[in-house]
Amino acid sequence: MHQPQQLDGGTLGMNVEQVEKWMTLYQAEVEKNKDYLSQLDTDIGDGDHGNNMARGMTAVADGLEKDKPADLAHAFQNIAMSLISKVGGAAGPLYGTAFLEMAKAAKSGGTDIPNLLQVAADGVAKRGGAKVGDKTMVDVWEPAAKDAQAGQLNDANIDKLVDATKPLRALKGRASYLGERSIGHLDPGAVSTGMLLKTLLQATA
Amino acid sequence: MAANEKTGMVLVSHVPEIVAGISKLIRQVAPDIALTTAGGTSDGDIGTDATHILKAIDENAKDDLMVFYDLGSAKMNLDLVKDMTDKTLYRYDVAFIEGAYTAAALLQAGVKREDIEPQLQPMHLDK
Repeated sequence: MHQPQQLDGGTLGMNVEQVEKWMTLYQAEVEKNKDYLSQLDTDIGDGDHGNNMARGMTAVADGLEKDKPADLAHAFQNIAMSLISKVGGAAGPLYGTAFLEMAKAAKSGGTDIPNLLQVAADGVAKRGGAKVGDKTMVDVWEPAAKDAQAGQLNDANIDKLVDATKPLRALKGRASYLGERSIGHLDPGAVSTGMLLKTLLQATA
Repeated sequence: MAANEKTGMVLVSHVPEIVAGISKLIRQVAPDIALTTAGGTSDGDIGTDATHILKAIDENAKDDLMVFYDLGSAKMNLDLVKDMTDKTLYRYDVAFIEGAYTAAALLQAGVKREDIEPQLQPMHLDK
């Protein structure tokens, strides 16, 4: 069992090894929960989130293997391109944008985790045109970035953010076509974002 | 009148058959316009991806492109692609079939993009 992890909110930069470890952990988590993610997406979407993410993370692993990143910016860029070209659903451009924004930040020296999460969160919100409360992955990204800045990003808080999408009515994304019927279901993108953030904590602990 | 010489059209959809069907419909009124499509992902699955869209943009003979698409994730990928190409993309958040059909008929008639756009406005959708 993993102990709940917590970021110190300090300015320690991330390194390439941590990113590689992060992606290995996340790939395993996505693979393990592939059917669960697809089931959540079957309830209120097009049912392919688990498979899309698994395919994307296989591409990420291959990409990092083939083109060993020399620095943090290259690592993020490499991951982004794999996700953009292989995920297929809305998650591709969204996660791809998150990693592209982190690559940009890393290039200009902003490698501390709270900063990386904030630029990623802003990128995702902008790309999808979603706000907090729309029942999308933004509901996890934005507050989690704030938690990280306050040194409060931990498993329990991440779970809280993910679970908070359940009672919401979807205003963006595929679930929004269901209107009221989207209420009472977790948002699949929020769930996979929660997993991404938890594995980040494990990789950088 | 000759078709618009400057502007082409790109159709993006989650399914190959959707863009194939709309192209068929459009070709009836616009046989001569520069039209390329990206239906489904590069791997032939349902969905859209930036690489596949980029291919349709590169294959189009024109540098000035009116782009029509079906659902929201296509829109996100189009926005990503904007930063990856030197061509100029004009994305329309309108009813897919009606918007593409209208624009195609007008392009075939040699109408300029700027003059087509007002006719697309009533077809706007919050995508």
